[in-house]
Amino acid sequence: MRYLPLTNNDRADMLATIGASSIDDLFVDVPAEAQLDGPIRDLPNHASEMAVERHMRALSKKNLAAADAPFFLGAGAYRHHVPASVDHIIQRGEFLTAYTPYQPEIAQGTLQMLFEFQSQVARLYGCAVANASMYDGSTACWEAVAMASRVTRRNRAVLSGALHPHYAEVISTMAKFTKDEIADAQPSIQSAPDADGLIGRIDDQTSCVVVQYPDILGRVSNLQTIADAAHEKGALLIAVVTEPVALGAIKAPGDLGADIVVGEGQSIGVGLQFGGPYLGLFAVRDKKHVRQMPGRLCGETVDAEGKRGFVLTLSTREQHIRREKATSNICTNSGLCALAFNVHMTLLGEKGLRQLAAENHRLACLAADRLAKVPGVSVLNDSFFNEFTIRLGQDARPIVRTLADRGILAGVALNRLYPDVEALSDSLLVAVTETTSEDDIEALATALQEVLS
Amino acid sequence: MNAPNKSGWKPEMNASEDGMHNGPATSTGNRALMLEEPLLFEIGNVETTGVDLPEPKADAPNRLGGMDRAEPIGLPGLSEPETVRHYTRLSRQNYGIDLGLFPLGSCTMKHNPRLNEKVARMPGFADVHPLQPVDTVRGAFEVINELAEWLISLTGMHGIAMSPKAGAHGELCGILCIRAALEARGDAREVILVPESAHGTNPATAAFAGYRVEDIPANADGRVDLEALKARLGPDIAGVMITNPNTCGLFERDMKAISDAVHDAGGFVYCDGANFNAIVGRVRPGDLGVDAMHINLHKTFSTPHGGGGPGSGPVVLSEALAPFGPLPYTARTRDGVVHLVEEEQADAFSQEHFGGKMQSFGRMTAFHGQMGMFTRALTYILSHGADGLKQVAEDAVLNANYILRSMEDLLHAPYAHSGPCMHEALFGDKGFGGDLSTLDLSKALIDEGYHPMTMYFPLVVHGAMLVEPTETESKAALDQFIQAFRTVAERAKAGDESMKQAPFYAPRRRLDETLAARKPKLAWEEGE
Repeated sequence: MRYLPLTNNDRADMLATIGASSIDDLFVDVPAEAQLDGPIRDLPNHASEMAVERHMRALSKKNLAAADAPFFLGAGAYRHHVPASVDHIIQRGEFLTAYTPYQPEIAQGTLQMLFEFQSQVARLYGCAVANASMYDGSTACWEAVAMASRVTRRNRAVLSGALHPHYAEVISTMAKFTKDEIADAQPSIQSAPDADGLIGRIDDQTSCVVVQYPDILGRVSNLQTIADAAHEKGALLIAVVTEPVALGAIKAPGDLGADIVVGEGQSIGVGLQFGGPYLGLFAVRDKKHVRQMPGRLCGETVDAEGKRGFVLTLSTREQHIRREKATSNICTNSGLCALAFNVHMTLLGEKGLRQLAAENHRLACLAADRLAKVPGVSVLNDSFFNEFTIRLGQDARPIVRTLADRGILAGVALNRLYPDVEALSDSLLVAVTETTSEDDIEALATALQEVLS
Repeated sequence: MNAPNKSGWKPEMNASEDGMHNGPATSTGNRALMLEEPLLFEIGNVETTGVDLPEPKADAPNRLGGMDRAEPIGLPGLSEPETVRHYTRLSRQNYGIDLGLFPLGSCTMKHNPRLNEKVARMPGFADVHPLQPVDTVRGAFEVINELAEWLISLTGMHGIAMSPKAGAHGELCGILCIRAALEARGDAREVILVPESAHGTNPATAAFAGYRVEDIPANADGRVDLEALKARLGPDIAGVMITNPNTCGLFERDMKAISDAVHDAGGFVYCDGANFNAIVGRVRPGDLGVDAMHINLHKTFSTPHGGGGPGSGPVVLSEALAPFGPLPYTARTRDGVVHLVEEEQADAFSQEHFGGKMQSFGRMTAFHGQMGMFTRALTYILSHGADGLKQVAEDAVLNANYILRSMEDLLHAPYAHSGPCMHEALFGDKGFGGDLSTLDLSKALIDEGYHPMTMYFPLVVHGAMLVEPTETESKAALDQFIQAFRTVAERAKAGDESMKQAPFYAPRRRLDETLAARKPKLAWEEGE
């Protein structure tokens, strides 16, 4: 077995040192009836690297990779080009095979990276402080709702109808158990988000208002008016950003009055990976809320010689110290994905991020205009960044399947996310990034025209 | 003491006069290969970029709804060579499994096979979107299901929830299943019992799920006190959370009796599977009456720890809890097809294939779980097979006992008398000289070239040191570690005050954690 260094001689020597006659002696505390008499039956035995690779490759070949088709899916997971050096750096053993930096003297690599990551996220979001990451955007979103309850001592969260339905479902699931009250809604199917309708649902019992920016249909709203309305009632505004690249083009939620900004970081550095692992981002606009934050925080300090260094800090919020009184039960986060984000964002820099965002928006505008020319197709959005909703005049799901058979991954039929909302059945969410070529857009438009006619 | 290897070779280390091997100061602050690295914010520039993208045109269409970000963001960039150098230099200030033995108890820092990394990066796994039409991702569902079937077989359980994102998320999933099962029978219970020796995530999870947490007493052997537990059971107890093997490194001999007692009282048994590596392939938790157990794929199944994640925490479930697991889930039907069951089809699928029994408590995360960890874990499992996994458990336990018996004459081993340990050996600080502590010993061990063991956990042993070598260490590596461990233990017992200054040779000396917490500086700010 290639991963096990002990030889049979070693094992015999070690048993002798221990004073045991056989390995079974070391399992004496396991009751006899729970001991298996050999390897578990009906399962195969060990296999060579080559054989395993062959098996896994065969499974991977049953999937259509995004690179092998014109590709337009988004809805909370976006395909972007990740520079080769990102993957190289995250595979350095010192990063890959380290653990949570409990011993800061020999974990400054991870700690300094986390400090840089927190600083990048805070700036991107227009916030004072970001944490060292959460599991993903959806769980970060729930943690923000829970934090808002702690801060406001209220427990009624108002969700925008245009919040990603998976995020809304995670919040609703958790709230069932914590007895938070969730005011959910359906998305308004109009060219602009229904800010007035949302504001009308805020009252003086509201702990927070949760708004996605850009929203699930791709529309960009002015968060400032919603923030003002929330603050007037003593509620917090939680802004949710599922596409961080957008913030290279549109204003930061923190600068528009959002109190907590959370989101998915997967677009920067991480890749699609069929939905995980992803990278939850979590930030607060005002430092005063830091001690109510969930998750790990890395902070600057000095060592015994006065040299600058970094440590995990404010851990009295956390489960390993506070146990049942912790702000969250989170332990492991998404460290390596945070590194990927950190490296990719460093390669981009502000200049590259703005260029990337502009290129996404340019191609999305091009696609929206081209698709609008397809007979029977209309574009819903007045505003968007790199993702918009088109209406097909007929059920979108069979169209998506037909286009997939033709080798085109056309987007996300909104009924996949909102199976119960009849009014969205003809709607298709189309995402366009820098990886989309003009040929891809033409291929989609042409195929859509054929399929619709 | 065994020689480090057959040749008997050992590096020479002549201490300088000051004992610290200090030469003259350097102008850079570097010490040869030990290179200081500034923050990105000190070397980067907002005008620099390491990617080649087109310059935006002034007359480009703009449909951003008037929300253009005109103000500076403040994100410095570096060119590619500068980026690679920056992070390579940072990486060298980290300890990792690839550098040496990493005996962090309860974390199972085993070798991360590189085939796993290669497989996870196959385009059919890495470059697929979670919402692609199901016919274009059949292989992905097969991976999830194949791994699920292995985990069910290895644990002897009935069902599994694959979507939890890490161990603590898996704990939450298991506790929510218990809550849902109790609510389904109209039985509101308020308390979860957790031993004092448990990971902090256990009580935090139970509290997060709305339960009151009470302690389970331990006996002098470091195990759950069965009689005391029985005395506390009653109609208010929703369940117990027990780590087995426990955090003292011992197998809970009475696990089956504990489960039976809890079941008799109408409660459920949650097992923290953090220590599954000790028993994988040899003992099935399902045979011990467990109702739910999370499996840290980043521990037992070798997916990389990555400096703090990402993890993955599938939860195996008993027949009583399986119907309540989260959405989405995958299921193989009689025709051999693996289906993804999301909110939309959940009721119909349950009616058609499970007689309407599946009544999920809801969704815990967007999409379908940690696919990138599933591919790695499945690769690991297929590489080992049933025979190799059994050997994993046996070698992990053998290695830990070898350390326990090589140290117990020198270090206080509070439970060594009660029999063999499982895959980790627990020591305490009794007998240390002066006012030396476990922290001092740990920092001295850093100077010897090792990542320290888990310190001050579990809480039930004073100055606890929890040592988990894992099965991927050779005997020679263990012997070297034992030699170093004995050296620092002897110094601690002798009251060697210089240990309070350790580490001397790490990239940083001891860091001021009080200052970090008193004046938190959590992000870069200009002009400092």
